[in-house]
Amino acid sequence: MSQILDEDQRIIEFDVRTDEMLVNMGPQHPSTHGVLRLVLRTDGEIVSEMEPHIGYLHRCAEKIGENLTARQWIPYTDRMDYLAAMNMNLGWSLTVEKLLRYQVSEKARHLRILIAELNRIASHLVGMGAYGLDLGTFSPFLYAFREREKILDLLEEVCGARLTYSYITIGGMTADLPPGWLQRCEAFLDQFEPVIREYHTLLTTNAIFVKRTANVGVLSPEMAIDYGCTGPVLRGSGIDIDLRRDGESIYTAMYDGYAFEVAVMKDGHYPRDHEYPAVPQDAVLGDCWHRFFVRMLEVVQSMDLIRQSIDRYSQCKGPLGEPLKLIEKLPKGDAYLETECPKGQMGFYVVGDGTSIPWRVRARSSAFSNLAVAPELCRGCLIADVPSVVGSLDVVMGEIDR
Amino acid sequence: MAEFLIETAGLPAWLSWTAIAVLSAVLILNVIAGGALVFIWAERKIAARIQDRLGPTRTGGRFGWLQSLADGIKLLAKEDLMPDGADALLFRIAPYVSFCASFCAFIALPFAFDVVGQRLNVGVFFVVAVLGLEVFGVILAGYASASKWSLFGAMREAAQVVSYEVPLGMCVVVPVMLAGSMDLVTIGEKQAGWGSNWFIFHDPFTFIIFWVYYTCALASVNRAPFDLAEAESELVAGFHTEYSGLRWSFFFMAEYGSMFLVSALAAILFLGAWNGPVPVSQLLGLSDGMAANAPYALRLLGCMNLLLKATVGVLVMMWIRWTLPRLRIDQVMTTCLKYCTPIAAAMFAGVMLWQLFLPGGLVAGSFQNAAGVREGWLEQSNNQESVNEDALSDIVPSRRIVEVSR
Repeated sequence: MSQILDEDQRIIEFDVRTDEMLVNMGPQHPSTHGVLRLVLRTDGEIVSEMEPHIGYLHRCAEKIGENLTARQWIPYTDRMDYLAAMNMNLGWSLTVEKLLRYQVSEKARHLRILIAELNRIASHLVGMGAYGLDLGTFSPFLYAFREREKILDLLEEVCGARLTYSYITIGGMTADLPPGWLQRCEAFLDQFEPVIREYHTLLTTNAIFVKRTANVGVLSPEMAIDYGCTGPVLRGSGIDIDLRRDGESIYTAMYDGYAFEVAVMKDGHYPRDHEYPAVPQDAVLGDCWHRFFVRMLEVVQSMDLIRQSIDRYSQCKGPLGEPLKLIEKLPKGDAYLETECPKGQMGFYVVGDGTSIPWRVRARSSAFSNLAVAPELCRGCLIADVPSVVGSLDVVMGEIDR
Repeated sequence: MAEFLIETAGLPAWLSWTAIAVLSAVLILNVIAGGALVFIWAERKIAARIQDRLGPTRTGGRFGWLQSLADGIKLLAKEDLMPDGADALLFRIAPYVSFCASFCAFIALPFAFDVVGQRLNVGVFFVVAVLGLEVFGVILAGYASASKWSLFGAMREAAQVVSYEVPLGMCVVVPVMLAGSMDLVTIGEKQAGWGSNWFIFHDPFTFIIFWVYYTCALASVNRAPFDLAEAESELVAGFHTEYSGLRWSFFFMAEYGSMFLVSALAAILFLGAWNGPVPVSQLLGLSDGMAANAPYALRLLGCMNLLLKATVGVLVMMWIRWTLPRLRIDQVMTTCLKYCTPIAAAMFAGVMLWQLFLPGGLVAGSFQNAAGVREGWLEQSNNQESVNEDALSDIVPSRRIVEVSR
């Protein structure tokens, strides 16, 4: 008995019989990241059961995709993970290109990496800032948005939009970079690098932040695999999978010649030398703190990748290449491709029937699988831990509900 | 003041006493309301600056200094909403209970020597006790709102505030012990002179216990990182989820009033009350060091001194709020029961022993007042009857002043 108590400190014996209460957290709730509805079965402050209800943002995106040409559907992918729309564009474009057996120019390849990684930083900044909000601190959110604004400014220069870009498209990009953009991007990176330390001070190493996240919502590697978790959630549990390295050849070929190490937490081991704060003593592999920290590591990793791609892009001679026609006919056959998006492995499936309109379009959402594990993590936790756990999974409802 | 009216203006006693009471109440109410306006504006500006923003810039010309007033007008103009399932009476009463508790505590709070609504010989006790009543308003609000989130907030508040009363009480007892009186005015008087006479510098234990007091005060007025009762990321808005408009603003005023109150209490108990770090007036020969004989202009300066100290305390609370994440309920309780209470108890014992063995401080003569404090304490404890008499005579405050100046 004492051993059980030692293992789980949350097992509390009650002298008084108390009643359970069903509480709706969401869909209108400050910390459910959009329109997620969580039904909590609570006994006092303790959550005995948590069930996510989804579908409040369902817009039939996949069905719409079966009535539009492949390129026309690009704006709909923007609205899936709207925090990383470039990565969504990229995933769908690569999938259709796989079906078409089309390869973009070398210059376009580097530009795609540049843009996608820049958007990954923006997405992780939102994830980090919003996580601070979930834990009751407001300032890191605005610190993160300060830097995100600059990324959005850069992306706006590229394509005119700040959130739904539709920039990366089938066969390349809608336009080349404006003059002087690379210098501005480099200037941003130089300014951004020292700022990361501020985030670590405000959140990562903050004593209260560590108390709220360390050893909370521990996701074992086995459970992570069972539930199909991907992305930073999976890597936070110490499983070394990153599709940019381990994915299909059409995707990994993009990153050929790029030096990067997968950001994964393995017993306090960090992928490369950088000024990282030490892992706090209380933190356990797979807890909220590790999931958060993997994202912070990926921000640094993306910065490295951007620097490399800037070099390679500027060395590339020749034209960027025009994207494919809006009514490009799709061959008979199907293609499925998963890419490493900021939230995890986002998959697109397309079936062509010889016309320009796909016969079937499907999307596999990473956040959907990541959210599915939340009830397991929240069992027996306190109410205050629910935002802490759900926030660490960094779900985006646009992607889950599509 | 009342005597002045009776003797010079020839007004009847009951009228002059009532007039003075109303005057004091209006003044204090304005201190709270005006203070809340200033503090809300300050909080907006400070939060903005901490977060690399500008905050309000336009309302009222420069710096958005009229922003709080504009907010107040907006709140006044809002529709008065009440949930269908709410307990109408309790729902309506709750904000006023909270506000009244915060307001009443100001009655016994001296702003300078003799500048006090009602001087009480149990001032410390009164302020802490009445401030504790604020939790009733919160519990009523949470219960009457017919919302589960509100109920959670209220239960958290109840558990938290009741727990933190224990270490808070222990911290408050220390200056009482040093001054030998529960009268806030006397406690302030004992810290006159150089800054080294302030109770925070009395000995190492009081220095530590000041920080414990500040932490507990933060928790007892529900400010971050202890703002669990409203925890917007967990409980939507906690106990005031269903409140809007003017009723909501009363909770807000109560919160800011309490913030100012605990900061002012910290200033009086530990930071030399209305005495500056350098006894300027005494050095210039304007007063003989006895506040009772000092001219009224000096008391006004004393007011400024106290307001400044209390404001710094409030600003630090804002600084903390916009920097730290929120604790979890079990961690809040752990902080109270495992850290604050034992530390406060140990420091309490430490101060007691210090008083017994080193009443004059480590270097003899460096704490001029310390010996006097001890004498005063012994004298009072030997003279139990006169203390009891004081308690009775407190109904008429003017006689107390005579006592002190004697």
